[in-house]
Amino acid sequence: MDQLVHADHPGGVERTHHRRGSWGKRLAPYLLSLPAVVWLLLLFLVPLAIMLSLSLKTCNPASGTCYMTWSWGELPHQVNLYRTQFITSLEYAAAATIVDLVVSFPIAYWIAFHGGRKKNFFLMMLLVPFFVSFVIRTLVWEFILSNNGFFMTFLRHAHLISANFHVLGTGYAVIAGLSYNYLPFTALPLYVALERIDRRVLEAAYDLYASRREAFQRVIVPLAIPGIFAAFLLTFIPAFGDYVNQQILGGTSSTMIGTVIQNTFLVTGDYAAGSSLSVVLLVISLLGIWLYARVLGSRSIEEYL
Amino acid sequence: MSNRTVDMTEVSSGFADVSAGRKPIVTIEHVTKIFQDAPAVDDLNLEIYEGEFFSLLGPSGCGKTTTLRMLGGFEEPTSGRIFLGGKEVTYLAPYRRDVNTVFQSYALFPHLSIFENVAFGLKRKRMDKAEIRRRVSTMLELVDLPHMEGRRTSQLSGGQQQRVALARALVNEPTLLLLDEPMSALDAKLRHQMQIELKRIQTQVGITFLYVTHDQEEAMTMSDRLVVMRLGRIEGIGSPREVYDRPTTEFVATFLGASNLLAGDVTALEGSVATVTLTSGTTLRVGAERLPEKRVGLSVKVGVRPEKITIGAGDGGTMSGQNSLRGRVRVSTFTGVGNQYIVETSWGTDLTVYAQNIGQAAAPRSGDEVVLTWPVEHTFAVHPMAHGSVEEEATMGEIDE
Repeated sequence: MDQLVHADHPGGVERTHHRRGSWGKRLAPYLLSLPAVVWLLLLFLVPLAIMLSLSLKTCNPASGTCYMTWSWGELPHQVNLYRTQFITSLEYAAAATIVDLVVSFPIAYWIAFHGGRKKNFFLMMLLVPFFVSFVIRTLVWEFILSNNGFFMTFLRHAHLISANFHVLGTGYAVIAGLSYNYLPFTALPLYVALERIDRRVLEAAYDLYASRREAFQRVIVPLAIPGIFAAFLLTFIPAFGDYVNQQILGGTSSTMIGTVIQNTFLVTGDYAAGSSLSVVLLVISLLGIWLYARVLGSRSIEEYL
Repeated sequence: MSNRTVDMTEVSSGFADVSAGRKPIVTIEHVTKIFQDAPAVDDLNLEIYEGEFFSLLGPSGCGKTTTLRMLGGFEEPTSGRIFLGGKEVTYLAPYRRDVNTVFQSYALFPHLSIFENVAFGLKRKRMDKAEIRRRVSTMLELVDLPHMEGRRTSQLSGGQQQRVALARALVNEPTLLLLDEPMSALDAKLRHQMQIELKRIQTQVGITFLYVTHDQEEAMTMSDRLVVMRLGRIEGIGSPREVYDRPTTEFVATFLGASNLLAGDVTALEGSVATVTLTSGTTLRVGAERLPEKRVGLSVKVGVRPEKITIGAGDGGTMSGQNSLRGRVRVSTFTGVGNQYIVETSWGTDLTVYAQNIGQAAAPRSGDEVVLTWPVEHTFAVHPMAHGSVEEEATMGEIDE
C-alpha cells in the first residue's frame, strides 16, 4: 500500500511546481472510472437495493401496491414453501456442472497440450455453436430430444429403448440442456488453467521419475484446481438460477427455482415473494463464491473471468 | 614419506590430464539430431568420465542444449546411440533414466512446499517416509537452505530457488546430473558466488555433472573438462587450460578468451619448428606439432593470446625461442589490474596486448613505437575458418537459447 501512495505523489517539490498538472493527475482516475461507477450504481446497486427492500415488503397482487412491513419471516417462509424446487435446482445444476467438467476436461486438456498452432482454431470450433441465441439452441434440443425427433426415432429403431421411453419432459432433458448451454463456461476456465501450466514443470516431473499418469495426478490436476473451481462456479451459479431449459425441455415436471421466481413476478405479481426468493438464490450463490475465495484466495477467480 | 606423497601426486595428476583408464559414465556415439532438415547436433562423439565436472560450451544454436535434452530423455536422437553407466538409454523415457536435471528456469512445482519439491523424486521411487525426511533435510543443509522445508517456492529469491532446484535433482543421487544454464537468471555477483558453491557441492557429493553454458568464464572456472561446440559439432575438448592454451580451431581461439590471429602460409619446416610467412612478409615461428597439418604451403592463422605478449621499447633483436613484431601503440587503456594496448603493425593489422600492472618500466603511451615479443611455445596455428565472422558468432553466445 505504501508504495502505491508514494507512486501517486512522487514528491512535494513536483506538486508545488505543477499544481495544475497535479490536479489533472489526481482527478484522472475518478473521471476515467465515472462511466463504470454510474453503470454499476444505476444498473446494479439500485436494482439490488430495490430487490432487497421489496423482499421485506408486503404486496397486494391485485392493486400492485407494496408496503414496508419488515417481514423478515418472508425469507424462511419462501424457503420452506419452495424447498422442493430449491433442491431440484441444486440437483440439476450440480448434475449439469459435473457432466460439463467431465466432458470439457479432456477437450480443454487436448487443446491446451496437443492443439499446437491450431489452438485458437479449436477453441473457435468449441465456441461457434454458442453464437446462436440461447433460446434457439434450447429449442433445437427440444427438437432433438422429442419423441418423434431423429435421435429418439433412431434409438427406437435400433431397439435400444422401448416404445414408450421418452426423455423430453423429464429432468434428464433439463440436465442435458443445462450441460449443453453452459459448456463454454466450464471449458474456457479449464483451458486457461491447463494452458498456463509451465511445460518445463511437467518436464521436471518426468525427470523426477513421475510416469505420465503420476505427472497428471501430481502436477497437472493440482495446478488446474483453481481453474476447476472457477469452472464449477461459473457453470453452477447460472445453471442454478436458470429457468429457460426447465421450461422448454422439462415440461411441467420437477420445477426449478428460476421458474418459480419468474412465475411469482410475472404471473402472480407478488413482487415481495419473488424478491425474497431471489435474495435466497443470491445468498446461496454468494456462499459458493465465499467458499472459493476462502479456499483459493480471491485473486485467482479474477484471472479466469 | 615425502617421496611417496610426490609419487601419488604425479600419478593422480597424470590421470586428470589424460583421463585415460577412467571409467566413462556417459558415452555418446555418432549422435545426430535433425530438426526440420537442419542438424542441431551433427555426428557427436563424446565420453564423460565418472565424477567429472564436464561443460558443454558454445554460442546459442550450437547444439549444447539439444545434447543435454537427449541425455535427459526429452529429445530422441535422429541417429546414433547414448550409453549411461554402460547401459543403452537412447530411446528410454526420462522417468526411467538415472539422470536428473536442473532446469534453466528451475521449473519448481509451484503448488508444493520446498520439502515436497525436494521429496518429489524420492516419493516416486516409493522410498520409506522417514528415509525421505532424513535425506531431504540433509540435502537442504548441503545446499545451505536449512529449516526451509515448509516454505512455498514463491517465497524464495532467485538464488534460493536455484538451490532448491539443485537439491531436488541431487537428492536422488543420479548417475549423471544435467545442468541447463542454471545461472542465467542470476545477477553477476550471485552467479560468481554460486559457481564456487556449485563446485563445492559437486566435490562433496562426487556425482558427475554435465553443465551447459554459453559463458566461457563460468565453464573455465568450474569444469574439469569442457567441450566447445559450434554448429552441432565439437570444436575443442580437454581441460580448460588445454583448450585455452592450445586452441585447435579459429573458433575456439576466439570464443574461449581473446586471441590475436594473423593469416599466413607455412614456408619452412625445420625439425620441431615451422616458419610461417605472413601476408606482409614478416615471419613467425610456431611449434611444428601445433600446426593443424605438417605441410609446407599450408594456409594457416597464427595466434597468440594477448597476455602472452611482452610489450617493450627495445630494438627487439630476435632472441631464440621468441617471436617478435614491430608496431605502434594506437590505444592504451589502464584497467587497474593491468594495461590493455591495441598495437598497429606496419601493415595495418591490430594486435591486442595485455600487460599486468606489476609496477615495472614506464607503460608505453599511444603513438609510441614498440616491439612485441612472445615465446614460440605460446604461439599456435589453426586452419582459417571457412566462412562467417568469428566475432559475430562468438557474441551470439550472449543471447540465451
